[in-house]
Amino acid sequence: MQITITVNGAVYKREVEPRLLLIHFLRDDLRLTGSHWGCDTSNCGACVVWLDDIPVKSCTVLAAMADGHRVLTVEGLERGGQLDPVQEGFAQCHGLQCGFCTPGMMLTARWLLDHHPDPSPAEIREAISGQICRCTGYENIVRSILWASQHASWGQPDAGGDPVNGGGDPGGAEVTA
Amino acid sequence: MQVPAQVEYERAASVEHALDLLARFGPEARILAGGHSLIPMMKLRLAQPETLVDINGLAELSYLSVTNGRVTNGGVTNGGGTNGRVTNGGVAGGELRIGALTRHAQLLDSAVAGELFAILHDAEKVIADPIVRNWGTIGGSLCQADPSEDLSATFAALKATMVIRGPQGTRTVSARDFHTAPYETVVAPGEILMEIRIAIRPARGDQKAGGVRGARGLRGGSAYEKVGRRVGDWPVCAAGAALWLRGDTIAEAGIGLSAVGARHFAAAEAEDFLRGATATQENFARAGQIAAQHCNPSADQRGPVDYKRHLAQELTTRALRRAMLRAAAGPAA
Repeated sequence: MQITITVNGAVYKREVEPRLLLIHFLRDDLRLTGSHWGCDTSNCGACVVWLDDIPVKSCTVLAAMADGHRVLTVEGLERGGQLDPVQEGFAQCHGLQCGFCTPGMMLTARWLLDHHPDPSPAEIREAISGQICRCTGYENIVRSILWASQHASWGQPDAGGDPVNGGGDPGGAEVTA
Repeated sequence: MQVPAQVEYERAASVEHALDLLARFGPEARILAGGHSLIPMMKLRLAQPETLVDINGLAELSYLSVTNGRVTNGGVTNGGGTNGRVTNGGVAGGELRIGALTRHAQLLDSAVAGELFAILHDAEKVIADPIVRNWGTIGGSLCQADPSEDLSATFAALKATMVIRGPQGTRTVSARDFHTAPYETVVAPGEILMEIRIAIRPARGDQKAGGVRGARGLRGGSAYEKVGRRVGDWPVCAAGAALWLRGDTIAEAGIGLSAVGARHFAAAEAEDFLRGATATQENFARAGQIAAQHCNPSADQRGPVDYKRHLAQELTTRALRRAMLRAAAGPAA
């Protein structure tokens, strides 16, 4: 079947099998390997991406289900070479060790901060409770997200722009390769 | 690497269209809602449907509404998807209605649902994890009919009603008649679970069975207690309770049990014991004992039978206690 999915503002048309999982579509068909394929059982959260405006575990969503929808991956967090404060926070606070859980953690963090700009450490822990860091570096992940909460984001209304639709950034060019 | 077997994919544009697709593709077609039970089953090849009928686009199945009832806070539904609405009829006897495609996160975000039935929020907070709750649906959980499913026990405690639509029209089934076996429900091939309805006050039929003599003066409360090994896991055991009190007397009681082999996810014998009894700690403890006696847990990697039976007793008692405290704190009808 043919599907059309807008990923990080770019439109992709591809022929896929209906059984193809969204995580494999992103990594293998689009070569967007920032999203990680981890446990394959919707436990670890390394594969979290946004489907429209909601974080989902992309190992448990068919690419066909995303046909006609928008997807945001970790590659879409930065803009014009400028890191999202969540990414900056992970760098500042040593929020990653091996980096495997990082893309999913960041996308959940961005969603949390868009909806709860001033979360407590307990609220952050609850938000990432469906995601596993195999280095067990949770302390620094929480610290990184707190850091981001104290720094303005282009993803927030006062800074303008929309991380998925591209805001003022003409990122919607069709990619047919 | 876990990959589903070959499957055909159809996207439904309306409930009628979904019913047509189910009729056309026959009993090997499956409805795909959130997919957070079905897709893992397909990846393990425990389920191999020939055709998936994707209903995720059906906004008409995603809502939380209160009909013909009184909302004590004057609130409006929150996070109810496309169609959240409150009709302030100002009289008792209304219903909370939950569209089958409502996501777990939407039910958890609904202030009105939590105010009417705190058990719904208690249970939702411990179902899977926040990301899974974003996409998994209420109807999907119920139709998966896992014997350890939390909402099955929750709706059993609340004596909810399921609305099912098929080619012959719409029918309603009590939550306690919904499950026929593990992973089996009364929803036949070609049918769709549409809605879950919860009476805001005890149903008229309960008056004959027990002490409910009209809704005036009743205070209601509900709660859910679960023991799991970690975030996102199925319960080792869970218990839900819904109580209606008139003064210190229990006018009506509902008790749900999950993961311990309780018939229809309910503890009917314990409910019978409580109906008409005084709301005391001793009676709640006794109800817990009765519930534990009548359930039928199996030993597995989550624990032996005696441990699960102990949990059934203790969690039933705790849920009843917490439901009573909430009933005492809430307004009288």
